[in-house]
Amino acid sequence: MKSEYTEQLLLKGLANNDSKAIETIYKDNFKMIQNFIINNNGSYDDARDVFQEAMIALYEKVQSESFVLTCKINTYVYSVCRRLWLKRLQNQGKFSNQMDIVEETVPVEDDIEVHEKRNAEFAIMERALSSLGEPCKSLIEGYYLKKMDMQAIAVEFGYTNADNAKNQKYKCFMRLKKLFFSQYNIGE
Amino acid sequence: MSNQREDIGMIQNVERYLEGKMLPNEIAYFEQLRKNIPEIDEMVVEHNMLMHQLNNYGNRVDFKNSLNDIHEKLSEQGNISEGLEVTPKGRIIQLYHKYKRVTAIAASVGGIIALVISALVSSIGPANNNDKIEQLGRVVAQIQQKQQNQGNTINEVTKHFTENEIIVTSGGTGFLIDADGYLVTNAHVLHGSSNAYVMSNTHENYDATIVFRDEVRDIAILKIEDFPQLKKLPYSIKKSEVDLGEELFTLGYPRNDITYNKGDLSALTGYNGDTLSCQIQMSANPGNSGGPVFNKNGDVIGILSTREKQSQGVSFAIKSKNIYRLVDDLKNADNSIDIKLSTASSSLKNKDRVSQIKQIESCVFLVKAFNKK
Repeated sequence: MKSEYTEQLLLKGLANNDSKAIETIYKDNFKMIQNFIINNNGSYDDARDVFQEAMIALYEKVQSESFVLTCKINTYVYSVCRRLWLKRLQNQGKFSNQMDIVEETVPVEDDIEVHEKRNAEFAIMERALSSLGEPCKSLIEGYYLKKMDMQAIAVEFGYTNADNAKNQKYKCFMRLKKLFFSQYNIGE
Repeated sequence: MSNQREDIGMIQNVERYLEGKMLPNEIAYFEQLRKNIPEIDEMVVEHNMLMHQLNNYGNRVDFKNSLNDIHEKLSEQGNISEGLEVTPKGRIIQLYHKYKRVTAIAASVGGIIALVISALVSSIGPANNNDKIEQLGRVVAQIQQKQQNQGNTINEVTKHFTENEIIVTSGGTGFLIDADGYLVTNAHVLHGSSNAYVMSNTHENYDATIVFRDEVRDIAILKIEDFPQLKKLPYSIKKSEVDLGEELFTLGYPRNDITYNKGDLSALTGYNGDTLSCQIQMSANPGNSGGPVFNKNGDVIGILSTREKQSQGVSFAIKSKNIYRLVDDLKNADNSIDIKLSTASSSLKNKDRVSQIKQIESCVFLVKAFNKK
């Protein structure tokens, strides 16, 4: 039995990208989901997929300021996986009868809706970045995501000085903005 | 070109503003600018939004990578593995076992308490204390009652679900073989029940009588009461053999809504060389039993009936010529039965799957068998 204190610590660790905490949650929950998926028409790869998606949903949930988890981690993970898997089975036209009456679940529909919206946003950003092409993509990722400084970027990409690199970065940013919002508005 | 340079200058300002790199007087000036020029205000909002999305994107990419690393690491350490013994029984059974233990403990605790107290009563209390002894009896009886209630609940859970006064014992799929409302399904779908009703794809329920069941061939024939007569079935029941590798599809009710599934004929015989049936590469689910198997022209070639437990996606269907044999036997035995199997050439040939299904789906029913309480 895990005390509530440990659970809270794990969630805090998850929110802060602490790899030890992520690993503990992974280890404590994967087998349960593997069992569940395999006993309900799925494969090991399905289990990995669905479980990781639930982990992402939990990860993004703990990062929101309004975050509260009113149940144990395993109940939450199980509930999300169950819902996701049910959806996938339905999309494939399969359905397992044994699916009902299993472990305790909590309502996660709202969370899944938020998660799916994030999935859509992620896909739009992914597409926008890839249509940006190189060196723009790496330039944007280097500066905004990896937080490299302009001097280092200039050296890595071969610009004569940081100012030129910076100029180029802004041009890339403008293009990204155009690409992203052209899709994002349609998606809304 | 100069326009673009101005834009870059402005983006730079927006970015410095959002990153908090502006000096106080710069901020005041910039905020005034935002108020007065809506375009600049919009730029700030968009920039902020894009940065937010970009950060979300980056975080997720990193997190995904770390999940994959952790997965590899845990597999290497043997903490997780692909090989996993599949629990042979469903969760319901496990739940039952869990409860059984609890109730057993409850019963034995109750028993012990009863014994101890009755021993106390008989050793301490005088003989005229009959009231108390009786009360104790009731306590024990109450515990028993509780135990029984729990048992009942578990039984109810095991029997799929209760509906009003009837208990549905089993269910599956059935399909019309005659425009007069005769329907065929698997005998095992009825599960020894005496009554059945069917539900159409539009969720309308009809009573059905069980005309005949053949447990050996595993075929049963039902007649739908008050069935709005059809002119003609859209499909025919095929008498001849099928060919290996033929593309097949089925419609059924593994859940409450009609569900489509497809596969290929993988062997001309069924389980253990059974010549009455054939093998299909298709992942059938409980509830698909009794469903029609169609070839690509929309002819019925069999009744989907079983699947192999050990291997995924191996299903078996009873060949449709068995329906002819059964109906012939039936007619010989009872003259009043007048089933005319649909033999007219299929009107579904050369149509695409979607329009085939549109024509067929109203002829495929969910069959529910039940015993009256």
